[in-house]
Amino acid sequence: MNLIRPLAFGLMALGLAACSTNTPETTSVAPAPQSLDPSSVAYFNAEVGDRVFFGTDRSTLDVEAQSTLRRQAAWLLDNPTRTAVIEGHADERGTREYNLALGARRASAVRNFLVAEGVPAGRLSSVTFGKERPEALCSAESCWSLNRRGVTVMTDGPTS
Amino acid sequence: MTTARRHSGARLRAAAGAAALIFAAFGAAAWGILPAPAAAQEPLRIEITEGVIEPMPIALPEFAPGAGAEGIAQEVRAVIAADLTGSGLFRVIDPNAYLAPGGSVDARPAFENWRVINAEALGVGELGYGDDGRLSARFQLWDVFGGQPLGQGIALRAAPGDARRIAHKIADQIHLALTGEPGYFDSRVAFVAESGPKNAREKRIAIMDQDGANVRYITDGRSLALTPRFSPTGESLVYISWATGVPKVVIHDLRAQRSEVLGSFPFMSFAPRFSPDGGRVLMSLSDGGNTDIFEMTLASRSLRRLTSGPAIETAPSYSPDGTQIVFESDAGGAQQLYVMPAGGGTATRISFGDGRYGTPVWSPRGDLIAFTKMLGGRFHIGVMRTDGSQERLLTASWLDEAPTWAPNGRVLMFFREGPGAASAPQVWRVDATGRNLRRAAMPGAASDPSWSALLP
Repeated sequence: MNLIRPLAFGLMALGLAACSTNTPETTSVAPAPQSLDPSSVAYFNAEVGDRVFFGTDRSTLDVEAQSTLRRQAAWLLDNPTRTAVIEGHADERGTREYNLALGARRASAVRNFLVAEGVPAGRLSSVTFGKERPEALCSAESCWSLNRRGVTVMTDGPTS
Repeated sequence: MTTARRHSGARLRAAAGAAALIFAAFGAAAWGILPAPAAAQEPLRIEITEGVIEPMPIALPEFAPGAGAEGIAQEVRAVIAADLTGSGLFRVIDPNAYLAPGGSVDARPAFENWRVINAEALGVGELGYGDDGRLSARFQLWDVFGGQPLGQGIALRAAPGDARRIAHKIADQIHLALTGEPGYFDSRVAFVAESGPKNAREKRIAIMDQDGANVRYITDGRSLALTPRFSPTGESLVYISWATGVPKVVIHDLRAQRSEVLGSFPFMSFAPRFSPDGGRVLMSLSDGGNTDIFEMTLASRSLRRLTSGPAIETAPSYSPDGTQIVFESDAGGAQQLYVMPAGGGTATRISFGDGRYGTPVWSPRGDLIAFTKMLGGRFHIGVMRTDGSQERLLTASWLDEAPTWAPNGRVLMFFREGPGAASAPQVWRVDATGRNLRRAAMPGAASDPSWSALLP
């Protein structure tokens, strides 16, 4: 499984480049070098996977998302000083306030899953950005599917 | 359809007094003209309910300037002309066609000079400085073909910095005299000023005059801020800010220039809107992913829950009489519009067409609800009766969103954005009839317009 993830993220990075005129942020999608410290945020982002994706107007976690979140939970339990904020995001094809509510719902779905996997709730907060912070900038489903996301962002400790 | 229809029995309402602008009416008796009996001549009148196809031609000669006031008199006249033309209801005839200057406000015009160029109405004004250095303006509107004054003349006094407001007040008076309804020119618009790339866009709260002048930024752009809404008096804004890390409703006092997060609860809050009396703020709170509508009483900061249940309930807006609230909910599986009593209670769904409906806003006239409709990959601004009947879509584009009503309930602003990484939102306006769709005058890319009430 761990071998598959970098490949999947590599494909996503290509998708981003193909539909975006701006250089996407690559911190979370670049394949990780072999030398990464397993307790580092870079390792979490690249090897564990910092994000899950949702269907249109949905906040349910599919099999792939649940798999990612189980790895996130295990990592968080292995690194008990880490705290995180779960960001909920929506694509651009909705109204602003509804998308804020939808982002909150998605962030909550991620947080609840991690808590159910044993991560102490006090280490996880959540925030919605609605449709305000897209990462993939094309106006097509190939980008929208990447923007409908829940991202687990470490809020403490070393950032590399 | 004729542009100007004459109706008997129309009467001007006296202009209200004001603190900032001293605003007085002076009668037609000043010219030694007695008002004609109502039946003898029907007043000039334009009907705006069904949409004006042909704007009414108006002559607006340069204002007679007092000493040293030549430049400012020209500016005031130009602002009035821009207001009238932008409304789509009026056409200011090119001054090059005028056969005579406007002359004195205290003189009866030579109407034949204005009939020749087919001006239906003639506005004559003068502007100068008083002994105290304040601006002093007088204005009278005339029915050219009826040969009569249209309502009482008005006199305004204001600080020199308020010259544009004098112009907007006069334009509002012309709107009232010729349509029978108040205008919307002396008003402001709050908005989100947007700049930078789409994935890291700076979004600042700002306010401006409705015609794009006097832009003032309220937030500095360091944190994301959205959805400004004016209080009924225009003295405060509510908006949401991520300054604390999560979205929180903030109230901003425009005079004191002071901001404060509303509420100390641990939830995200958004979708704020004032009650018609200004004493309460509706907002959505998100608790564990569930979004419901609450109301905060500003005096006590007490919070009252208005909806419950696992669905998203957000975007609340009061009816102008304060008895009902329209909002959106996905309780039925997708975003739809509902109306509930103020204070909460049984909600009645009012949107039943295809597609999804959001961002409902009750008209200040009380007769219509404006909304965003999403259907088949297109976004529309539309209006419907408050029971959901007579739905009409006014616009269509890749993204049209977030209508706001002009204070007279006859015009809407909203924002429009195109697809792609390079797109940026722009504020547009359209009459509630669907006519006169055009870009609003704005300082740049902008979204979330909120139209204030008429200024005092």
